[in-house]
Amino acid sequence: MDFNDTPEEAEFRAEAHAFLSQHLEPKTPGALRAGGRDDFLARAKSWQKIKAEGGFAQITWPKEMGGRGGTVMQQVIWGQEEGKFDAPTGPFAIGLGMCIPTVIAFGSDAHKQRYVQKALMGEEVWCQLFSEPAAGSDVAGLKTKAVKDGDDWVINGQKVWTSGAHYSDYGLLLVRTDPNVPKHKGLTMFIVDMKQQGVEVRPIHQASGGKEFNEVYFTDVRIPDADRLGDPGMGWKVALVTLMNERLAVGGSPGPDWKEIMDYARSAGTISDQAFREKLADWYVAAQGYKLTKFRTQTALSRGETPGPENSIGKIINANHLQDICNSAIEMQDHYGLIMDKDEAPANAIFQESFMWAPGLRIAGGTDEILKNIIAERVLGLPQDVRVDKDKTFAEMN
Amino acid sequence: MNFDFSDDQKFLRDEARKFLEAQCTTAHVREVLDDDSKSHNENVWKQIVEMGWLGAAIPEEYGGLGLGMLELCVIAEELGRALAPVPFGSSAFFFAEALKLAGSEEQKSTLLPKIADGSLIGCIAVSEGPGEIKPGSIATRFANGAVTGKKIPVTDGDVATHAVALVKDGSGESLVIVDLDQDGVSRQSIKTLEPTRSHATISFDGAAAELLGEAGNGMSLLDQINDRAAVLIAFEQLGGASRCLEMANAYAKERVAFGRAIGGNQAIKHKLADMYVKNEVARSNAYYGAWALSSNAAELPEAAAAARVAASEAFWFASKENIQTHGGMGFTWEVDCHLFYRRAKLLAVQAGSPAVWKEKLVSALEAKND
Repeated sequence: MDFNDTPEEAEFRAEAHAFLSQHLEPKTPGALRAGGRDDFLARAKSWQKIKAEGGFAQITWPKEMGGRGGTVMQQVIWGQEEGKFDAPTGPFAIGLGMCIPTVIAFGSDAHKQRYVQKALMGEEVWCQLFSEPAAGSDVAGLKTKAVKDGDDWVINGQKVWTSGAHYSDYGLLLVRTDPNVPKHKGLTMFIVDMKQQGVEVRPIHQASGGKEFNEVYFTDVRIPDADRLGDPGMGWKVALVTLMNERLAVGGSPGPDWKEIMDYARSAGTISDQAFREKLADWYVAAQGYKLTKFRTQTALSRGETPGPENSIGKIINANHLQDICNSAIEMQDHYGLIMDKDEAPANAIFQESFMWAPGLRIAGGTDEILKNIIAERVLGLPQDVRVDKDKTFAEMN
Repeated sequence: MNFDFSDDQKFLRDEARKFLEAQCTTAHVREVLDDDSKSHNENVWKQIVEMGWLGAAIPEEYGGLGLGMLELCVIAEELGRALAPVPFGSSAFFFAEALKLAGSEEQKSTLLPKIADGSLIGCIAVSEGPGEIKPGSIATRFANGAVTGKKIPVTDGDVATHAVALVKDGSGESLVIVDLDQDGVSRQSIKTLEPTRSHATISFDGAAAELLGEAGNGMSLLDQINDRAAVLIAFEQLGGASRCLEMANAYAKERVAFGRAIGGNQAIKHKLADMYVKNEVARSNAYYGAWALSSNAAELPEAAAAARVAASEAFWFASKENIQTHGGMGFTWEVDCHLFYRRAKLLAVQAGSPAVWKEKLVSALEAKND
């Protein structure tokens, strides 16, 4: 056992690091979620272009698609190195991580020529439009409908929790085209121009106070049949390809961990509290468990093996862990722990900020409950949940 | 990145599992459980000795196989899966590691070969009463080469031939090696909640003993021995916890209530998913402990503590929720669930309880981040 790179990996890491140092500043401590600002989008576009020109955008994509033709291991190394720098990557994570791979898999040659290069060069941003108010964990129950009219489809309905919809140029849109078959079978996927008439983006005012996600309303929006991805009714299969990439695209949790709360407890003089020390030990063990499990996954990749299911535990551990740490830090501060004013609150209010963000993290990208179902069904092979709508048409159930 | 066992080590694991699945089933474990006169399963022990496992991490010059600590970790996990009712951990994890760490050349060359060939069975005698062992609380005395006092409980204390004992002497606390086959030593079996590993009260009445390591260095040496044993026991715990998840999973698929398998209910699915998550956290922390142990890394104290805390939690959770998943059947003597519940508790308190190790872990983190 060791934690060293192979010579080839070390060479790639050095090359990546050199490229990054040439273009970016190292990460500044305490910098939390920086998304959503105008200058952030401009910086992200510019960084994406530099990466693409340097041959570091989309490491695993084939060269003919503008990728590097590299290995998954190189992708992991790039992610680790890029993570050390203040790299504005957020706006492209969904487009390049989820949407464009779907366009590559199901789109026509014309689609690939039109969209892939522009996204890769940071010129166009994409969003993903699947979730709806009545279709979260059960996303296949969505209601936004598309009706064929000549060579077009006419879209009406509402999407929700769409990251980056307000600055996106295009979206991947999953809609119902046939209500008279079971829910999974009546869906179809489209490419939608987000800037067109009838598309209205409204920010969601989150419980945390921020506005990072959106609702998107579609009113008589026309999409040419040529912008359909896959056959009508095949949308769920297309969506699964998109979602398969989601677990890879959703990164670790930004926020305070055992080290930050230990540092705070030492500065506050509460480190000697016995109950706190026991919890601190548990947090360290969980954080190490998460980090070291990624090392095991990485080892499998490095050996050219397919990683086992162990990586599925990551988000369950992380989200709860973050919430618990922030809660303890606030309680440790007693009444003063309520203060969110960054100038007044201890540790620039990182615990308060993340405390308010943590409930969302336990829901986004698969709730704790859905993730546990996935472990139970796909890893442990336990029976699927009862699905009372399984053999009924969508119309019968709604 | 090479954070996994090698192909050779995995081969050893597969061979060990094959042997134990055939020769050390829970029926074999129950031979010890159901017979108070049995301290261990002699047939299993004999074959383990013959395969040389006790000497896996003992250098060849001292009669061992000279493989390494990673190989011993692999064996530990398999013994844990099988609930092996043998004094392996006492002899190989505690006694042998104590000798390797603190023994004089003469002690090592005399005793290590005997551990490897099974003619010596070692144990560690520390506890004297309820609660954490602390300097100053040790009543067993050592003076002029003789030890007097009582140790209770000593895991595998009635089958062992030698003990490392924590004693008080003129310099403070020290470790001594005692040959248990002498007039000054009397032993009595003591009933515990884990009868598949025997326990004894050992009384010393002027028994001949010799220092292990420097006089007055006992607490520090014990800490270092426990760090090493903690990693190995974490693998044993991990093996047991994995078996519990397998048992609960199989039963949840087979047991029908209200017209379908109980494993289709989220209350059971999520319970088993929680077990899986805890087991994976324990496995990753145990691997880090194995790395630290095998490479003599400075990180060993925190790595060992994290491995032990994670593995104790995983085995505790898996063993109790395995019973729960089995329902009433899980509370019968005939179903094996309680064997794991018993072993989980032994392994969680044998080298200091989880609370003690959490404190060790936090102290190590504080020292490191000063």
